[in-house]
Amino acid sequence: MSASQWRRSKHIREENMTTFLTRRAALLVAATCAATLGLSAIAEAQSSIKIGYAISRTGPNTGGAAVTTIPNYDLWVKEVNAAGGIKLGDKRVPIEVVQYDDRSNAEEAVRALERLINQDKVDFILPPWGTGLNLAVGPTLNREGYPHLAATAVTDRAPELAKRWPNSFWLLGTSADAAKSLVELLSKLRDEKKIGDTVAMVSIADGFGIDLSSAARPALTNAKFKLAYDKSYPIGTQDLAPIVNEIKALNPDVFIAFSYPPDTLALTEQARITGFNPKVFYTGVGTAFPLYRAKFAKNTEGVMGIGGWSGDSPAIKDYLARHKASAANGAEPDRWASAVTYASLQMLQQAIERVGKIDRAAVIKDLQTGSFDTVIGKVKLENNMPTRFWWVGQWQNGEFYGIAPAKNEGARTAIVPKPAWVAP
Amino acid sequence: MSARSAILGALALAALALLTFVPRLGNPYYLALAISLLQYTVLATAWGMFSGPTRYVSLATTAFFGVGAYTVAVLGEVLPWPLVLLIAAALGAILAALVGLSTLRLSGVYFVIFTFGLTELIRQLVVWFEVNKSRVLGRYVFVDITQSDIYWQLLLLTVAVFLLGWLIARSRLGFALRVIGEDETVAKHCGIDTTFAKVALFAISATIMTLVGAIMAPRWTYIEPSIAFNSMISFQVLIMALLGGAHRLWGPVLGAVPLTLLFELLSARFPNTFTIILGCIFLLIVYLLPRGVAGLFEKLPAKLRGENIKRVAA
Repeated sequence: MSASQWRRSKHIREENMTTFLTRRAALLVAATCAATLGLSAIAEAQSSIKIGYAISRTGPNTGGAAVTTIPNYDLWVKEVNAAGGIKLGDKRVPIEVVQYDDRSNAEEAVRALERLINQDKVDFILPPWGTGLNLAVGPTLNREGYPHLAATAVTDRAPELAKRWPNSFWLLGTSADAAKSLVELLSKLRDEKKIGDTVAMVSIADGFGIDLSSAARPALTNAKFKLAYDKSYPIGTQDLAPIVNEIKALNPDVFIAFSYPPDTLALTEQARITGFNPKVFYTGVGTAFPLYRAKFAKNTEGVMGIGGWSGDSPAIKDYLARHKASAANGAEPDRWASAVTYASLQMLQQAIERVGKIDRAAVIKDLQTGSFDTVIGKVKLENNMPTRFWWVGQWQNGEFYGIAPAKNEGARTAIVPKPAWVAP
Repeated sequence: MSARSAILGALALAALALLTFVPRLGNPYYLALAISLLQYTVLATAWGMFSGPTRYVSLATTAFFGVGAYTVAVLGEVLPWPLVLLIAAALGAILAALVGLSTLRLSGVYFVIFTFGLTELIRQLVVWFEVNKSRVLGRYVFVDITQSDIYWQLLLLTVAVFLLGWLIARSRLGFALRVIGEDETVAKHCGIDTTFAKVALFAISATIMTLVGAIMAPRWTYIEPSIAFNSMISFQVLIMALLGGAHRLWGPVLGAVPLTLLFELLSARFPNTFTIILGCIFLLIVYLLPRGVAGLFEKLPAKLRGENIKRVAA
């Protein structure tokens, strides 16, 4: 695919030019290809509800899609089909899946959806992973009148998008909301005299970090917090030690990092090594991943991060168990968007079953107005967005519980100050 | 010669007539596919316009494409559409002139590496600016442009590119470039202003690429540096142009059309094994097209040398 591969193969060709090896190699390649094609051509058939999606199986989005989205799509389809399918009127019809790889590419995602709609004639479409791709496919889904349940997109323009595309549902909320919740929690902790008012904030120089820090900056200043440190670092920064050391010297009460999974891990590791242990230690995407607990074990205790879920609720416990049983090598879901993704699928199913036939306009209407029983509790959308989100979670005794907004059902009390790091 | 031109012209007209029917099919999937075909045709042809005669292998396609897309992201909602396109084209031309003036003295692998780095450089500059100055990363493009609008613009651009290429090939500039491609020292001795010729053509080719980026941007609604500056575009365009043959104006089309269709077929039929199969097919192309793509480049000087030897012998 790449020029270097192409050039490499050109070299091979030149070396073998005059020998029979060339032809034999070509045959071998052809045979390998044929075998691969044969393998992937199996599957499909059945007349049923056709559900299509294009998901990032390759490219930079693969990690997110593989943890949060794909296992939930698989789990849901497996469970629905095991129960006989989706109920249309008085009979159940199984789900048939058509899926493509969008290669983490906006153009590819748009085209894959157009293929799903016009060539495969799917009945419903499940969204791709991530903010960028969900926005990219928004206009197509809107034009063609398919419900769009964006469960992995955080954008401040969600309310505006919901108005523009009434078929779109923004289930993960806005970054302004995320920052507001965090600052509210910090203000409450300060009122309780559990923390002082110096805050150190770092953010990754990418969509997520910029949005969150731009929202948190004024919110912190308005709440009279002192921003002792406020910098961003480029995506792909390997060595975060200088940042952590500099912040440690400032001795802040609160450390906030709007980070991505690789730097979330690196910042935590560095803080542990240098013994930087502020009263509140908050990191970004990745804190809620099972991988985080696997890596830091006891040291996760008291770490806060974006996301969270009602870990005490029986529905969530049951979902966790089913997810573990279904996923490859017993992988656990992340504690933020995974449950929301699964809930979005339950909502879709309930809406279809209430309508009782493949009528997308009616399903969209039902999603807008109906209320739904899901793993994250009862959901009723207002202006195409849920009314409750988990914005701050905290690792407590090996589970990542939602702690803010405090009014959410099942919110735990924050453990502050954070316990000291222990030797691994 | 004139008979061949007539056939080529007739073929081009027939293709154009066929292409004008695509939006009337009323199938958005075919329209999307046709958009993709035109996009890569224009990019590969523009690439070939510069790299064919001069033999400078450029990996800067993404850089210009991204600049176009980003211009739309920044100005799309504020200014009228034709003005946005005009500004995008101007930015592309200026950038190419600057880059060309400073780098076209490089040759061979140094030029390839520089152009590859250029994409990353521009992307990092955009990120730096967005992070530190505008404090938004990821912009929204809500403009009133439908898919068929995009298609018609691309079709117009395709026609313009071929006309332009045809005119250039017949101009003093085109001749100068062919001489430079054969031997730059000789060209200089003949009194050709090699720097001007190279920079001029580099800028023309880059302007076209920038326009493609600008025209395509409304398809995605949301643009961030990683989407606009996706270096895969550079590689795909390079492979297409080389497969088709960059030394002829119509060559890159022969690579762009089959490869776009192939990518599409593979991602539709074999979504999970796409990369493996693509790799196999590239291997097959290289094995079975004996002196394949590179051969097209080698043939030309070999033939010329052969003729020279014959003449000397006679």
